Amino acid sequence: MTRPMTITEKILAAHAGLPEVEPGQLINCKLDIVLANDVTAPISIKEFAKIGVEKVFDPTKIALVPDHYTPNKDIKSAEQAKMVRDFARAQGVTHYYEVGCMGVEHALLPEQGVVGPGDVIIGADSHTCTYGALGAFSTGVGSTDAAAGMATGEAWFKVPASIKFNLTGKLGPWVGGKDIILHIIGMIGVDGALYQAMEFTGETIESLGMDDRMTICNMAIEAGGKSGIIAVDDTTRAYVEGRFERTPVEYFSDPDAEYAAVYEIDASTIVPTVAFPHLPSNTRPATEARDIWVDQVVIGSCTNGRIEDLRIAASILKGHKVHENVRCIVIPATQEIYRQAMHEGLFDIFLDANAAVSTPTCGPCLGGHMGILAAGERALATTNRNFVGRMGDPTSEVYLASPAVAAATAVAGHIALPDDLA
Amino acid sequence: MKFTGTAHRYGRDIDTDVIIPARYLNTSDPVELGKHCLEDLDAGFVTKVSPGDILVADENFGCGSSREHAPISIKAAGVSVVIAKSFARIFYRNAINTGLPIMEAPEAADGIKDGDRVSVDADAGIITNETTGETFQAQPFPPFVKDIIERGGLVESIKAKLG
Repeated sequence: MTRPMTITEKILAAHAGLPEVEPGQLINCKLDIVLANDVTAPISIKEFAKIGVEKVFDPTKIALVPDHYTPNKDIKSAEQAKMVRDFARAQGVTHYYEVGCMGVEHALLPEQGVVGPGDVIIGADSHTCTYGALGAFSTGVGSTDAAAGMATGEAWFKVPASIKFNLTGKLGPWVGGKDIILHIIGMIGVDGALYQAMEFTGETIESLGMDDRMTICNMAIEAGGKSGIIAVDDTTRAYVEGRFERTPVEYFSDPDAEYAAVYEIDASTIVPTVAFPHLPSNTRPATEARDIWVDQVVIGSCTNGRIEDLRIAASILKGHKVHENVRCIVIPATQEIYRQAMHEGLFDIFLDANAAVSTPTCGPCLGGHMGILAAGERALATTNRNFVGRMGDPTSEVYLASPAVAAATAVAGHIALPDDLA
Repeated sequence: MKFTGTAHRYGRDIDTDVIIPARYLNTSDPVELGKHCLEDLDAGFVTKVSPGDILVADENFGCGSSREHAPISIKAAGVSVVIAKSFARIFYRNAINTGLPIMEAPEAADGIKDGDRVSVDADAGIITNETTGETFQAQPFPPFVKDIIERGGLVESIKAKLG
């Protein structure tokens, strides 16, 4: 009889070829997918060359997604993207996504069935933790770790302790995955889950669709977490069916598994939440933020650029105009989401409201391009970070919120709730 | 490894966006990245830092993005070692993998002020505040991690393993 284990410990044990693992143990795991993007892959490629192996361990298990500065914003970023493209071609990398097929990596890989239940995934991007929403162990690493993963198909990990967040109760109006994760980060702080796995359970989580679940796991890193994870259920199975290119493997935490902490959260008390500058943990109810006027609203990113997010934004923008002092930029996260939004008529709603619709890119989220802030400007964004200078000038400010609050804010000109709109 | 330098003292949650802003991530050239180190936190940092100087911070140093450009930028700016109360986990891995010495030492962080002269014996994990004469012990690295550091980073460690 092995020790009772959490879902995270079971996935790691299986990939380390061990009957059991425990928190703090250093293990070597086989990797199902190694990911890098146009910012992180160039360093990975240089480090890969230094290792001295000629070929990646398996070209079907590498994903290269040039999404940060693409379509290329300048000559330097074009050189970086070219380096990734040339490497992908030379290595025969199956999951390379050129502009036109490309999307924001953490929306793209689940959608394309590249990642799925039971996987161990590393990605040279901190928001790689998103895929935990599929019942996978997935974590962000640096370029050198990714290079080593590409060469060997393995990575070392310290088995993380797990923290359980058990959510019960029905969500209030205009409350979604973004509010849940901002509420949790506000509660435990930006290093509240440092080195640990965040496991989300309970009837509230089970009631959520995949897009909300991905938003929650996406921001585990904003609490310092190594990973976020939600066990597979029928919602996951329906999403993965006909999409995931390998066979899903389902793992579940034992009832008597050990947790470093367990938080019982009454989700009915969670309200639409805004993270004020300059930390994602600096949260307040949106109702207390109505005096914050903004210059820009961004609806998109690996956190909230999926179809459900765009549907919510469109339902609020419909029949309204974006405030004359606000630039509202909508960025569908992938080509498939873009097409879906177009077919559903969401683009007409956005365009009628005077919002700009962009091709998929990480763009403004990290202050890359497509909506950079000038000195002293303020943005409300559905993105994931509001650090100093994150979206542009170091004196600019970013407020983080859900697509619902973002759309209402775009219309009102100040931070607002959908019910505030006449 | 032994280092001596002037301490540059910062607070908690120093994120990778202020260590190296994304507007400079269209290159991975260490020299270029070093020129903009900590620019959005302390615009004068690169002009006042001398080779061998030491960064000292509170909890959660290097939180945020996975960009390896952050430890590369710190190293290229001339910093010899980063001492903090705790490190964000991706930064922790990246520093080890790229050969930027880091030390987790809450007492040392509390006992060092901006401008103090500090010497570090990284192998023994001993930090001395030369200005006050106080000595501190850093958390030891697990042997597995120490092996990566001693081999000069992850790439060298993998090369040795692949033989």
